[in-house]
Amino acid sequence: MTRLAKPIVFALCLLPLAWLAYRGWTAGFGAHPQEYVNRFLGDWALRFLLTALAVTPLRQIGNWPQLARFRRMLGLYAFFYVVLHLSSYVVATHFFDWAAIGKDILKRNYITVGMATFAMLTPLAATSTAGMVKRLGAARWKKLHRLVYLAGIGGVFHFFMMVKADWREPLLYAVILSGLLGWRVWRRARVKG
Amino acid sequence: MLIKHVRARDPLSSEITPRAVFEGRRRLLKAAAAAGVWAFAPAGAKAAKPVRGEPIPNLAPWPKSLSEPPTGYELATTYNNFYEFGFDKEDPARHSKSFKPRPWTVAVEGHAEKTGTFDFEDLIKPHQLEERVYRFRCVEAWSMVVPWVGVPLGDVLKRLVPTAKAKYVAFQTVLRPEEMPGQRLPLLKWPYVEGLRLDEAMHPLALLTVGMYGERLPNQNGAPLRLVLPWKYGFKSIKSIVRIAFTETEPPTTWNIATPREYGFYSNVNPQVDHPRWSQAKERRLGDPFFSPKRPTLMFNGYAEDVAHLYAGMDLAKLY
Ligand code: HEM
Repeated sequence: MTRLAKPIVFALCLLPLAWLAYRGWTAGFGAHPQEYVNRFLGDWALRFLLTALAVTPLRQIGNWPQLARFRRMLGLYAFFYVVLHLSSYVVATHFFDWAAIGKDILKRNYITVGMATFAMLTPLAATSTAGMVKRLGAARWKKLHRLVYLAGIGGVFHFFMMVKADWREPLLYAVILSGLLGWRVWRRARVKG
Repeated sequence: MLIKHVRARDPLSSEITPRAVFEGRRRLLKAAAAAGVWAFAPAGAKAAKPVRGEPIPNLAPWPKSLSEPPTGYELATTYNNFYEFGFDKEDPARHSKSFKPRPWTVAVEGHAEKTGTFDFEDLIKPHQLEERVYRFRCVEAWSMVVPWVGVPLGDVLKRLVPTAKAKYVAFQTVLRPEEMPGQRLPLLKWPYVEGLRLDEAMHPLALLTVGMYGERLPNQNGAPLRLVLPWKYGFKSIKSIVRIAFTETEPPTTWNIATPREYGFYSNVNPQVDHPRWSQAKERRLGDPFFSPKRPTLMFNGYAEDVAHLYAGMDLAKLY
């Protein structure tokens, strides 16, 4: 069973994408399909990022050391959905209109923040292999990977900024993220004190 | 896979071309499209057929209607910003089923000779209903082409005889939180209000609208009475109107109250003045293929020849 856990989680993480493909094939993506796909992928990017950030607190609170081995996979899935989200933005939303994309990145704050978040996640994904941990050294690797906290904040902030009036959903993510980060701060203070 | 799918759906959109014109062709296309969709789709996956409204008789065609094919009826009636019924685009179609657009009265107030409460039908009746195909451009950078049914707003306002003091016209949407779930949330200031300068309201393009696609307005599109101002962003075209007031000063408008930096009083479609969160240079025409470029947005949404004079000498970057 434990040997199957990893492949099962791996497959589960592909379910949103499978659902998207299924819906596209059967019912279509509705009136504004480019927006639908882009938002769907953005939602799941953020959900996976928060899930990856939840691994350590859950592991420690639940005294559940086995959870640790899913952390890298969840983090990489977050990156995977971010890449798809960004690709849909380039390919579907803007259809390779690089001038418009460039202006968007510079002028729309929420896109700037999204891009910055992507820029933070990229080195994390690139250094996720065991080999890279060794090459960087555990201490430096750890330091680098603290960027993920900032990326979490960036992802939630990005969502907040794109909303016109209904901030309930980004608020929910903000509360969850605060819990996940706040718990770390609290634990650190307790362990030190 | 995606491309194939979009093609299979395309004919479905033409299902909604103005009813008077395409009735017969539509039935054929519908059958073909249905066959195509069903051949690929597992049973049950297809969205429910939209319920069509009551046809409106005796529509006069409008000579300046766009020749572009209208956006599909299903698209135009399932992708709506009508926050009174919820904040997602699909919410208005879903949550407006129990809304009662009849009987319906409109309060006329302020600087006019004929004020009071009118049945909305009585406001419309003296005028010839026209079918006008307009471009409709949302501030969120998407657009549709819609055959609206209505009468020139100015003709109705003239019959109310505004006095010399009337400089602006204010409009208000109905407040019915029990039928409009979005109004139970304080995310915008309810009721929704909008306004126009009197000369804008009198402009022959401003349409007091009671129908679309040859039929009565569906609830989610602002039944029974709304504005359509094709040269302005969609949120200016206020829906489900219960109050018209002639005022001396510029009336408050809902989105300007919510975020003044993002939404001004005028809100004219202008590709050169960006919204802080959306470039307005281009737009996504709903119904275009999944993989296709956006279309360039036209000054005043393509109605510059008709309306530019209203704004002569104004700095449109400041008065956005
Ligand atoms: C790589 C640069 C990025 C770009 C260019 C980008 C672009 C966008 C765009 C255009 C939207 C939709 C706005 C709209 O429809 O009005 C959006 C929404 C969103 N994005 Fe991003 N994004 C980026 C990075 C990210 C990252 C790193 C995350 C999360 C970790 C993320 C999560 C989201 C979420 C949650 C939404 C809201 C979806 C919804 O409305 O349900 N994005 N993004």
